[in-house]
Amino acid sequence: MNSTYLDIIREGLWTNNPGLVQLLGLCPLLAISGTVVNALGLGIATIVTLVVSNSLVSLLREHVRPEIRIPVYVLIIASAVTAIELVMNAWFHGLFLVLGIFIPLIVTNCAIIGRAEAFASRNSVPRAALDGLAMGVGFTGVLVAIGALREVIGQGSLLDNAHLLFGEWGHELRIEIFPQEHGFLLALLPPGAFLAMGLLIAVKNLIDARLEAKPIPSGAPESQPATSHT
Amino acid sequence: MRFRTCTSPHLIPGHSVGGVMRQVLYALVPGTLAMTWFFGWGVLVNVSLAILFSVAFEALMVAARGRPVLATLGDSSAILAGWLFALAIPPLAPVWVLLIGTAFAIVVAKHLYGGLGYNPFNPAMVGYVVVLVSFPRELSLWPSPEGLTNASLSLLQTLQTTLTGRLPEGMDWDAITRASPLDMMRESIVSGQTVTEVTQSPVFGSFSQTEWEWAGNLFLLGGLWLLYRRVITWHIPVSMLLTLATVAGVFWVIDPDYFASPAFHVFSGAAIIGAFFIATDPVSAATTPTGRILFGAGIGLLIYVIRTWGGYPDAVAFAVLLMNMVAPTLDHYTRPRIFGHSRDGHG
Repeated sequence: MNSTYLDIIREGLWTNNPGLVQLLGLCPLLAISGTVVNALGLGIATIVTLVVSNSLVSLLREHVRPEIRIPVYVLIIASAVTAIELVMNAWFHGLFLVLGIFIPLIVTNCAIIGRAEAFASRNSVPRAALDGLAMGVGFTGVLVAIGALREVIGQGSLLDNAHLLFGEWGHELRIEIFPQEHGFLLALLPPGAFLAMGLLIAVKNLIDARLEAKPIPSGAPESQPATSHT
Repeated sequence: MRFRTCTSPHLIPGHSVGGVMRQVLYALVPGTLAMTWFFGWGVLVNVSLAILFSVAFEALMVAARGRPVLATLGDSSAILAGWLFALAIPPLAPVWVLLIGTAFAIVVAKHLYGGLGYNPFNPAMVGYVVVLVSFPRELSLWPSPEGLTNASLSLLQTLQTTLTGRLPEGMDWDAITRASPLDMMRESIVSGQTVTEVTQSPVFGSFSQTEWEWAGNLFLLGGLWLLYRRVITWHIPVSMLLTLATVAGVFWVIDPDYFASPAFHVFSGAAIIGAFFIATDPVSAATTPTGRILFGAGIGLLIYVIRTWGGYPDAVAFAVLLMNMVAPTLDHYTRPRIFGHSRDGHG
């Protein structure tokens, strides 16, 4: 409750990362992480949704009766997502077509309703907005990391189709590491998403264990993974 | 690894994990030699390289996990996984296919799950499925015996082909490869031919293509020896082949023009080696007698379903992996009655 702004940022980006620690919102995380651009597009949409819904929920937290709070949150999130969907349809139509059903599905991303319930409904507007931003950036970071891994291994490129997100000059951003026909198809298929996700979680736990072991050289305590509450 | 208990004079059974694994390796020899006879040096090159890679990965992972390396390598399980994986790969496949396949088999399917005894999936089949779905072109190039006889690839040329992924000068993939029997049956039926027209083609022996039949026969021989040595029990192979033959038989009786005969199904592809060597993996298979019969029957049924209506010509690996997932549940519901207790475990 009395966490500082720095704590909020650290929670979202690392210690309570929605993708790697809370394991929330896995459906878009695994389905849309085939390329960096798809991942980034969905990630940005999720950030905006999180900031808007967290702020609105926090703004209305004194006026919503607890019995009906969940439906109200869902309504707020759904309105935010609908607005974002319309914006993307208008300005990023190519990306909108690629992401398809996963934009409206942001409504059901449990990371968002999780933050509304666990944080925004108990905190002031600036803190809630910051929490939304931090959580969104943490989620996007994981999404982009998985997307980069799968894109490089699966089709040997990075930032393919970047013009969908950045306009015409995005064609220049495409980096080809090796020709596409030598790609490792498994990385682009669903198992690749699960494998990449598992590896990232393992790397995070390893880093945490190392960090925790450092200040107390004698004990070398096991890292305590935060429990997921999906 | 020997589990010795120090109290009471127990009889120590003669076999350790390594001993069992090595008997399975011996049983693989005749079938492997038959495949080498028909498909050329490539089979031996693949088996040697795959064993080399999987033992290296095993040593690496065991060392990384801080376990005794030599003692673990002594159980020979990595050799077996590499060997089984190599037999599933086309003899002239490029070396990186072997490398990626064995890496997934040993590192991901075996050691990330906790090593020998903890892996829920058959490592060799995980490796094979990974390369099968990732590199469909490389995995479909099975040489034909006639093509190889004409080309007469020497051991050195075979090694060169495997390492570079390119055939020697003047040879070309179309001349030395042909569709495996399951591929052939599948494509011919799709293009409107009947089963009889396919089996009357000169490359077919009594039930399937000659080379696959003979490889199957010799793997069967190895399997029977394993049964005789009591390394494996009869439940899985018998129920698997019987189910495959029965299901195939039912459809064959209904429409012999469209559905291949049970003998074709049993003697094509990996059915026999799968029944005796792959499905019987003591770690990932079911362990109770009833569970094993159900496990084998499930594999047989899935093989037929995937071969006939699925997207891939052969299905042993997919069927085994799918049934691996069910094995713990099968074991749970088929627990045998403990002697002296009633069925629900009380009294």
